[in-house]
Amino acid sequence: MESNADWGTRGGLPQAFLTPGISSFSEFLKGFAPEYLPGGRTLPAGATVDAPHGTTIVALTFPGGVLMAGDRRATMGNFIAQRDIEKVFPGDEFSAVGIAGTAGMAVEMVRLFQLELEHYEKIEGVTLSTDGKANRLATMIRGNLGMAMQGLAVVPMFAGYDAETGQGRIFSYDVTGGLYEEHDFYSVGSGSMFARGALKKLFRPDFSAEDAAVAAVQALYDAADDDSATGGPDLFRKIFPVVAVVTEDGYRRLPDEELGALVEGVVDARRVVPDGPRSPLR
Amino acid sequence: MTTPFYVSPEQIMKDRAEYARKGISRGRSVAVIFYDKGILFVGENPSRALHKISEIYDRIAFAAAGRYNEYEQLRIAGVRHADMRGYVYDRRDVTGRALANTYAQALGTMFSEGSGKPYEVELAVAEVGGEAADDQGYRVTFDGQVTDIRGFQVLGGAADAVSSVLEDSFEEHASLETVLNAAVDALGRDGTEPRTLAPNQLEVAVLDRTRPQVRKFRRIAGPALARLLGRDGADENDNGGNDSDSGTGKDAAAETAIADGDVLGAVDDLLEDGDSSES
Repeated sequence: MESNADWGTRGGLPQAFLTPGISSFSEFLKGFAPEYLPGGRTLPAGATVDAPHGTTIVALTFPGGVLMAGDRRATMGNFIAQRDIEKVFPGDEFSAVGIAGTAGMAVEMVRLFQLELEHYEKIEGVTLSTDGKANRLATMIRGNLGMAMQGLAVVPMFAGYDAETGQGRIFSYDVTGGLYEEHDFYSVGSGSMFARGALKKLFRPDFSAEDAAVAAVQALYDAADDDSATGGPDLFRKIFPVVAVVTEDGYRRLPDEELGALVEGVVDARRVVPDGPRSPLR
Repeated sequence: MTTPFYVSPEQIMKDRAEYARKGISRGRSVAVIFYDKGILFVGENPSRALHKISEIYDRIAFAAAGRYNEYEQLRIAGVRHADMRGYVYDRRDVTGRALANTYAQALGTMFSEGSGKPYEVELAVAEVGGEAADDQGYRVTFDGQVTDIRGFQVLGGAADAVSSVLEDSFEEHASLETVLNAAVDALGRDGTEPRTLAPNQLEVAVLDRTRPQVRKFRRIAGPALARLLGRDGADENDNGGNDSDSGTGKDAAAETAIADGDVLGAVDDLLEDGDSSES
């Protein structure tokens, strides 16, 4: 196969750049330089790779927006590979994407996904719809199925502000690229069972953005409490979860000063009630 | 035996250059001007959808004059080139200089080696820096020549006429409002009769270094543009009046056509004016 890897060193524009009709960057890359696609490599059959894994992501909607949060731990077996990894990213101005699974593959996929949305916007002059964005991400995960079967799975979660309805929306995926719209709240990753249980008891439909942030921090605390691969807030090193809010004003990551106060509030309350807030029985 | 025609290489190049120049001169001009907080792009373009000015990357934008299908192809190639570079290296490694060079190589090859016709386009690539001294701009002509833009550059048909007007009014580090009004005034003096361009005939965009986002490109249209041109209120009413006048004119023409039994002619008359067909 002809390699296009020397595209940057040759003068002029390769023919592929001048071919009309493709608005998707990943489709363009597939034809031009497939070696740069996250799923474009093949592992030797039967081989498995030990690589860092990202863990728990939570998301919940509130009136007029959606919030996504992720803990900061990456693990490789019983070893903590990184204690301040970031797993929640902006997709574009009105969406967020969080990643669980093989960190290396996931970060690369997010980079390509961000570029995909920006590229489409520049070529077409309009942004993709929220469903269109969610579908593009599904296609990219589907392309990674071969790697997923050899242990390098990526399971993202997508959340966006839908300007048509004025609501926040959450989408989850499975390793085969299956796309499911979730309502109210959702969680993925190794600590997701515990986080989802916590969110089920804490979620209220009339949350403000700040309430939603506290609920997310509580849920991640519960996940870290019971799942060794999920990291809790580190008050000594000031490593807090990444919390991002998407509303009609766009994507905003809560700064550490703002989030720090909320996290300290949660941790202080747990000094008295270690299992966190109790929801009413009836 | 017939003797094949001999045409000297000089003549071939001259003919091709003349062909390209003629094509470019048919289009309306676009101006690229540096101002205190960034780089302004202004062109006369009544279309809202077919752009002459576009974002390429975070700090880089593109303007073109000439044939739409050809510069649109080059624009898309530029976006792909920049996105590819940013993906393989880093966002900071995408530069206007590299892009201008790429365009120059591509256009130069198409001009001198192409078996088809040369491209009838003239491009500008500009990159906004952290401060005014770091702003860069390049003009790339149909034959692949690159020149540095200093202060301002006009592309397209009446570039010389518009440039000579801008020459007099241009000053460095002026405000956006000043350079925009000077540019719109200059673009209107491309023929014998000076024209006043209305906001809806203009395509305006800036690379604004003060924008907090990574992407510095921003289009200016609608009320924001009218405000910058100092034409809110009175002029909009005038435009509205003109529109409705032309609308009733069209309706009247359509009615006459129907009375004459020319129904298809009536449909054409109505289609030419979107507003009146709804009434």
